[in-house]
Amino acid sequence: MSEATGTARVKRGMAEMLKGGVIMDVVNVEQAKIAEEAGACAVMALERVPADIRAQGGVARMSDPDMIQKIQAAVSIPVMAKVRIGHFVEAQIIESLEVDYIDESEVLTPADYTNHIDKWNFKVPFVCGATNLGEALRRINEGAAMIRSKGEAGTGDVSNAMTHMRTIGGEIRRLTSMREDELYVAAKELQAPYALVKEVAETGKLPVVLFTAGGIATPADAALMMQMGADGVFIGSGIFKSGNPAHRAAACVKATTFYQDAKVLAEVSRGLGEAMVGINVADIPVPHRLADRGW
Amino acid sequence: MRVGVLALQGDFREHIAASKACGHDSIEVRTEAELKSVDALILPGGESTTIVHLAQTFNLYEPIRARINEGLPVYGSCAGMILLADRIIDGAAGQKTFGGLDITVRRNAFGRQVESFESDIDFNGKTMKAVFIRAPWVEQYSEKVTVLATASDHPVAVKQGNIVATSFHPELTSDLAVHRYFFDEICKNR
Repeated sequence: MSEATGTARVKRGMAEMLKGGVIMDVVNVEQAKIAEEAGACAVMALERVPADIRAQGGVARMSDPDMIQKIQAAVSIPVMAKVRIGHFVEAQIIESLEVDYIDESEVLTPADYTNHIDKWNFKVPFVCGATNLGEALRRINEGAAMIRSKGEAGTGDVSNAMTHMRTIGGEIRRLTSMREDELYVAAKELQAPYALVKEVAETGKLPVVLFTAGGIATPADAALMMQMGADGVFIGSGIFKSGNPAHRAAACVKATTFYQDAKVLAEVSRGLGEAMVGINVADIPVPHRLADRGW
Repeated sequence: MRVGVLALQGDFREHIAASKACGHDSIEVRTEAELKSVDALILPGGESTTIVHLAQTFNLYEPIRARINEGLPVYGSCAGMILLADRIIDGAAGQKTFGGLDITVRRNAFGRQVESFESDIDFNGKTMKAVFIRAPWVEQYSEKVTVLATASDHPVAVKQGNIVATSFHPELTSDLAVHRYFFDEICKNR
């Protein structure tokens, strides 16, 4: 029996198993356990949630391997970790810890302002952010096995996540309505490989799972993104920067499953306590917007 | 025949597509009323802790157990196998299952995601491509259980009465052999 590990099918298949679920940012073992008990389908282990990275400033890097391993030991669900855009050595280190997914993330300070990581070189699968279809397809071409719309991390403002989901969805719908001889120019305009553009035009969807991220703070936000066509949601600062994290975490999990049922959504939205305070994306000076990182 | 796929979390759409490809009417199951309306149930791949948590919260846990006990044909892949096992090793603290299969399943038995793999296996006398993702295996089983496939010397596909479970994900490939086996060999007994 010959076993093949690290194949595209195995990497993309892992993301298929996360669908319909919530992936939560956690900074310690206690939070990881709260997330697992609330029904998170995976946790993202990091030292500072995006809201704190934004508030404290400075260079944000991968987390301490000790911290990641403690979380791996504490929960049975998949554990993800972030590396800086283009920092393939951070990725090698995180892969050696046998993390289940790596997020090459704009939330951390980029290490390379031209190139992303060549993700085909790794056995561990990668998720990458995207603000539009061309960016998503460039990441997939580099080996990303899952895409998340970027939104604007650490804000609690869902408007950018909405923009990015509408953009990606709209560009996909446009491709499906094109004549085959128009796809060459579409590929040029999207700055994406023709083969992937053709595949999207034929199937009407990305070849990998599409989650959404960046600014989701309430069960209604999570359901909004699911109704917009997301396969699942990442919630970063939104849970553990709120008044009652355990309660809010469980509510967001329920809302992600019953995203089309307004009665359930009303029920889970009751008595959640304070949401994270948040920042309007419009109030953030352009150079400080994380979604603009990555190219 | 109307096939229900438990749609709380995981790759339920792929199981619905596979069931439709086999010629069966298929629906997503999220409520007790939907559960009551189906002639067979599929528990998809996904995160077993999340699925059982949601089943408990939304009052599906006992109804699913009851229908399994009544002999409803059920097929579970990966997380679905865990949910059908009477006993789990390496589960989350206090993790419950629906049960029905007299097996002990080891969660994430092959290792973490970097150890996930695809391989040709022999399923019920036929070679097929199997995709294993953070997959469980069957650690122990009683004489009531029939082994349909093995990998790394452990059972990875089993059957007992009207229940079938695989540690791998036939729904991620175009091979319908496992779904056809479930519909043609198990569901026909009903």
